[in-house]
Order: sequence, then C-alpha cells, then structure tokens
Amino acid sequence: MARIVVVTSGKGGVGKTTTSAAFAAGLAQAGHRTAVIDFDVGLRNLDLIMGCERRVVYDFVNVINGEANLNQALVRDKRIKGLEILPASQTRDKEALSVEGVEAVLSELSRTHDYIVCDSPAGIERGAHLAMYFADDALVLTNPEVSSVRDSDRVLGLLASKTRRAENGDDPVREHLVVTRYAPSRVGKGEMLSVDDVMDILSVDLLGVIPESTAVLNASNAGVPVILEDKTDAGQAYADLVARYLGEEREHRFLDENKGLFGRLFKG
Amino acid sequence: MPAPAVGEAAFELKGRMTTLSVLQLKSQDARHILAQLDDRLGEQSGLFTGMPLVIAMAEGLEPSEELLGEVVSGLRERGVCPVALADMSPTLANPLGLGVMRNPSAPRPPREAIAAPSTGNGSPTPGGPAKLVSQPIRSGQQIYARGGDLVVVAPVSAGAELMADGHIHVYSSLRGRALAGVQGDRNARIFCAELQAELIAIAGNYRLSEHMSTDLYGGPVTAWLEGETLQLAAI
Repeated sequence: MARIVVVTSGKGGVGKTTTSAAFAAGLAQAGHRTAVIDFDVGLRNLDLIMGCERRVVYDFVNVINGEANLNQALVRDKRIKGLEILPASQTRDKEALSVEGVEAVLSELSRTHDYIVCDSPAGIERGAHLAMYFADDALVLTNPEVSSVRDSDRVLGLLASKTRRAENGDDPVREHLVVTRYAPSRVGKGEMLSVDDVMDILSVDLLGVIPESTAVLNASNAGVPVILEDKTDAGQAYADLVARYLGEEREHRFLDENKGLFGRLFKG
Repeated sequence: MPAPAVGEAAFELKGRMTTLSVLQLKSQDARHILAQLDDRLGEQSGLFTGMPLVIAMAEGLEPSEELLGEVVSGLRERGVCPVALADMSPTLANPLGLGVMRNPSAPRPPREAIAAPSTGNGSPTPGGPAKLVSQPIRSGQQIYARGGDLVVVAPVSAGAELMADGHIHVYSSLRGRALAGVQGDRNARIFCAELQAELIAIAGNYRLSEHMSTDLYGGPVTAWLEGETLQLAAI
C-alpha cells in the first residue's frame, strides 16, 4: 500500500508544484517508487517543472474517463529511477475529476508504488478537495506572510474535517508544515513573519523551511526539480525536508542570515 | 431539460441557527391577550405580518386547549404565523398544526453563576453539559456548544468562530471570534488565556479587537456583561 501525500496551501503561488516535484524526486532518490499527480486540471504545470512536457500523451482525466490506462498516461522520469508523473489535462476543468475516478486511480497506483504525491491546485474547491480527500499525510505550505498563513490555517481545518480519514473516524491526516520563500533578512527587518510566528499561529510541526532562492526559478525554467540542484540552498533545504519526512533527524538550516550557505562554509 | 444524474442528491438537510420571537402568554384570557396585541400591532403595523412565532406560557400558568386555540386562530387572522409551542405537549400542538420546541425560554434549574458584577436581567443560564474541544480550531471552522459551555484547550485561529449558550473558556490563544450566551444569557462569560480575538460578544453585545485595550491584548482576560456594555479585565 502506498502512502498518499498531498501538497497543499490554499493560496496560489506559494510553491506547491515546486515542492511536489522536489519532494517526489527526493523520495524516488531515496529508493522509493513514487508517483506524483498533478491535480491542477486546466492549469497544467507539474510537467513543465519536471521537464517532461514534451512526453505527455495522455493525462489524469483520460485515465479517469477510461480513455487510456494508467501505464499509458504515466510519464517516467529520465533522471531518477522509480519516479513517475501523472500530468493534468490542460483542456478540461476540475469538474472532470470525480471522487470515484480519483479513488480508482489512487488505488491502482497504490499497488505498484510506495508514495503517491498529490500536487493540489490553489483554492479550497473541488480540485483541492479531491487532492486532499484520500491523503494519509499532508505537506501544508505557507509563505511567511499573514494572508498565506490564514489560508493554510483554513486548509488545516479542511484536512481535519473533509478528508476520508476524518469522515471515517480513522487516525487524522498527519500534518507537516513547510515554510517556503523564507527570507531571513526580511524577517529581521520585520517585513515577514518569522518561522516561530508561523508555527505559533498554525500549531503544526515544522518539516522544513525553504529559503527564498533564485535557484528555484532557475530550476523551474530548466525543468529540473530543484532538489537535484544539490549545490543550492533551496536544493539542500528540500533534501533535508525529505530526509526528515523519512524519519531522519536533521537540524533546520537557512533560518538566519549569518547562517546562510556562505556563513556555514566559512565557519566550517 | 437533461434528467438529473442518478444518485445526485435531490435535497440537503441543513441545521441552521435562527432567532425566533417567542410570544409568552401571561394571561389565561385569550381576548385580553389579543386586545393588547392589537394595540401593539397598531403601533407597528406590517412589522408582524408573516412573522414566525413560538408560543410559550409564562411561569406558573398552565396551557389549555381552549386558550391556545383562540390565541392561534387570533394570531393567524392578524397575519402572524405561529410555528410551534414551547415546552408543551404534542397533544396540544398537533390539532393546531404546530410543532413543539424544547425549552427555548422555559426556566432552567439555576446554576451557580460566577459572580459577575452585574445585575443581569436576562434569561437564566443554560445548564447543559459543557462541550470540550482539544483540536486546534482553524480559520473558517465554527463550533457551537448548544445548551451549555464551550471549553477549548487548543488554539483558536483567526477566522474561526466559537459560540455557546453558556460560557466560553479558551485555555490557549483566542484569535478568532467568541460569542457566549448566544441564546440571550446575559450572565455568560468569556475566559481566555491569550486574548487576540477579532470579536467577542455576550448575549449579542459585542466588541471588536480595535476597541479592546492594548494592555489586555495577548494576556489572560475575562469578559462579562454589565448593563449593555461588555467589560474586559485581566485575570
């Protein structure tokens, strides 16, 4: 049985797709058979970030409608063994997703994979709801600013009430907080919330802090999951995050200015 | 017109909170009651037309079939729409085509009130069991403790809403809204360990965060009603 992980945030532009790509790639690098699904039907992006947009033939909606089987639609990553992408349809909208259809796809993937990463669309409507509905774990992303934190809080409420686990009265969805686009210098100037502020408001365990980094944009443009750029701060932060998710204890990095990459290198 | 999909729900049953006016009868004489009602309707004609109304008996008065029959038909003639009897037997309500409401205004056993420096003259404090919540209450969530107190031992986020017929206790940060005594209990109080609320209200009297003293903000605070004014003090 695979573990189903939703990457969600409520707000758009927080880094869900970047994180989904990096997280799935990291799990696959660690030897786990991983599928990552783009739930953002109509606004297909994951394939671009993963650099496989030229190899998309069939998509998630085709599989749900029985127009293609799962094997035809899954795009195998060329860099990492055991990583597959199920792209969203660009020509349809979220109404094309049904609970039964999503469940069927997830249970079929579940037989052959260790982890299924669901890249949620923004918002709290149908697409986002279906992306989280079957989840076992959730990576709840937030930027260190009040409106993003408020939206993530709303999503945490939905995870606790509108998921299959909540409806069946099973163990709740395990929630992990990921703070993205964190700029310690701006926190110092009081322009951003600190990680402590965010944790205080959301009261969720912190899985990782991803620094604001040009590496993210560069990697997106190149179609490479940023975790593969292992010399960059964001790449290392994602590697830490995956290791922590898999049970390893790692200290949080990139939390203050003077402990940035250079600071650490020179301090040894 | 396309046929609706099989299995698609044709209706949805929803629980809604609403305020109903209660007509409390303090006399056994239907004509006397209706005459006084006419005086009132005369002052505010039209205001009562179509208004749903619950009929209750004042304390100590026994309802009779005859009295209720006359009052109900009198109300209907005047355009008012009685919907239920409060705390009376269904055998009285059924022939009149009315429902029965459980205890909306009947006196409840008095509970040891926390001595508020108030001479509240509202309805008695409800005495139902308290509702305990130990999970964080998130933005957009609404928790209602019907008939009693609400005790929360986890943070309440901005954009969340707590409601209770009785007191509200929050043993953590309160960043959302808290409305105590929503059925009109003026003796209800609000307690919180860390006041950062957007709004607090007791029996409909509210105060917004911008009107809370900055000295109290972030600290342990209790709120109660004194007259029509909501009072706040550090604990």
